[in-house]
Amino acid sequence: MTAAVRVTESARATDRAVEVLGVSKTYGDGHSAVAALEDVSLSIRRGEFVCLVGASGCGKSTLLNLIAGIYRIDKGSIAAKGRVGLMFQEPALFPWLTVERNIETAMRFRKARPDRSRVQELLRIVHLEDFGKSRPHELSGGMQQRTALARTLAQDADILLMDEPFGALDAMTRTVLHDELERIWQEAGLTVIFVTHDVREAVRLGDRVVLLSSRPGRVVDEFDVDLLRPRRLDSPEVTEIAAQVTERLLEQVRSHV
Amino acid sequence: MSDRGTLLEKDIRGLDRLELPLGTTDSLARRLWRSAWPKLAAVAMALVVWELVVLSGWQERFVLPPPYEVFETLGELATTDRFWVAIATTLRRAVIGFSVAMGIGTVVGLAVSQSSVFRRAVGSLITGLQTMPSIAWFPLAILLFGLTETAIFFVVLIGAAPSIANGLINGVDHIPPVLLRAGRMLGARGMTAWRHVVLPAALPSYVGGLKQGWAFAWRSLMAGEILVIIAARPSIGVQLQFARELSDSDGLQAFMIVVLIIGILVDIIFGAVERRLRRNRGLVA
Repeated sequence: MTAAVRVTESARATDRAVEVLGVSKTYGDGHSAVAALEDVSLSIRRGEFVCLVGASGCGKSTLLNLIAGIYRIDKGSIAAKGRVGLMFQEPALFPWLTVERNIETAMRFRKARPDRSRVQELLRIVHLEDFGKSRPHELSGGMQQRTALARTLAQDADILLMDEPFGALDAMTRTVLHDELERIWQEAGLTVIFVTHDVREAVRLGDRVVLLSSRPGRVVDEFDVDLLRPRRLDSPEVTEIAAQVTERLLEQVRSHV
Repeated sequence: MSDRGTLLEKDIRGLDRLELPLGTTDSLARRLWRSAWPKLAAVAMALVVWELVVLSGWQERFVLPPPYEVFETLGELATTDRFWVAIATTLRRAVIGFSVAMGIGTVVGLAVSQSSVFRRAVGSLITGLQTMPSIAWFPLAILLFGLTETAIFFVVLIGAAPSIANGLINGVDHIPPVLLRAGRMLGARGMTAWRHVVLPAALPSYVGGLKQGWAFAWRSLMAGEILVIIAARPSIGVQLQFARELSDSDGLQAFMIVVLIIGILVDIIFGAVERRLRRNRGLVA
């Protein structure tokens, strides 16, 4: 099944972009079986920015890969209404291609005709118009990750799945990319599911923060973040909500002792 | 654009500016000179040592002539047709033998990198063949094909193909999994994934294999031309053998220099391609 072109009509309400229903996923079998996800249900509105947080082993990445159609679902169902694009922690750019050609390739893989003006537009969106001819290794980590974002957008994805995309970047670059991602999300009307282990980052970015438990991963709590945008990572409001989420997260972690 | 937008754009451009290394690129002439002078110095030293050995009187001058005599002979040889015919014959064999080795090595390499059954069957055999001196194949090759060009091609092929196959296998084995995942996520399957992800990612290692394969092919070819002498077909190997039989030490060494130069030139070409590939991918500083 092609993840990037999975368009399903069965997402129930029209304003639902992703509907996850009673999904379970187990790795391995017999005694060594590990339940990564158990009975996870989640529905995400079109245009919503949802952050998934949890301690290690909570199956955050598994859930993203399931939504992207890369892994197979053991139980339950997932309906995604729109084109899904997945970004990893690593930029995973093709090192033998220039920045421009990396973006073009994403179009070509989808059998779409590479559209030069669209490539330039995407480069402008991520502020890399001067670097189209550069090779990935000539760019900084943040610039590489922005190229990866442009490449994902080149597939005309309207649902963006991000697996700790800023995890490997320095704090300064991260802060700037938060602003950048927020802007692109708003301008392009994307639906974003953003996985992170950084609670503050989740509160900074998300309309909603979903807390997953570990082994097995279940949805334990959800926090609506009704703060005005643009937000700041170090604002008192963000800090306060982040503290609540962290408290719940720690309760979860302690229950494993 | 709003104030916020402009500010954000400045943040980003400022960070980009700070994070990029300050570029300093030398001119082409400078770079060429930097890579050339150590080589020239090494050649000069080798010639000096050669001259000193001759001057020491360790061997008669007709057995071990001094460098300038050898280069004089080389200059005279270069005016004869026979010299160029010999080089052409040898180069033709090298090109044909290496091309066939490239074809077979590539097919076997692809098969091994894709099929675990194939890998178990012939994976270690390929490495075994690579370490086997190809001259050991000549007795069998001569028995099978007689004193013919086919016998020479056979050994050149056996000598070069394993390195080429191994280069490709290593290249495919060491592709970062995240690139394959990215390709899959972007919708590349089957042949598209092969053409646009797997092969370009494996290319530097494959070219490295070709370079090593060339070295083996060239060695096997020289051995073959000395052992398998075909009447009325002058080749570099035949010239070496004749020169020895006639105790023509000048001619012998002149042709050895030709062998060395051709080997080095081809190696330089492969090396340049490989370096370029690696540099484009950020694999070398």
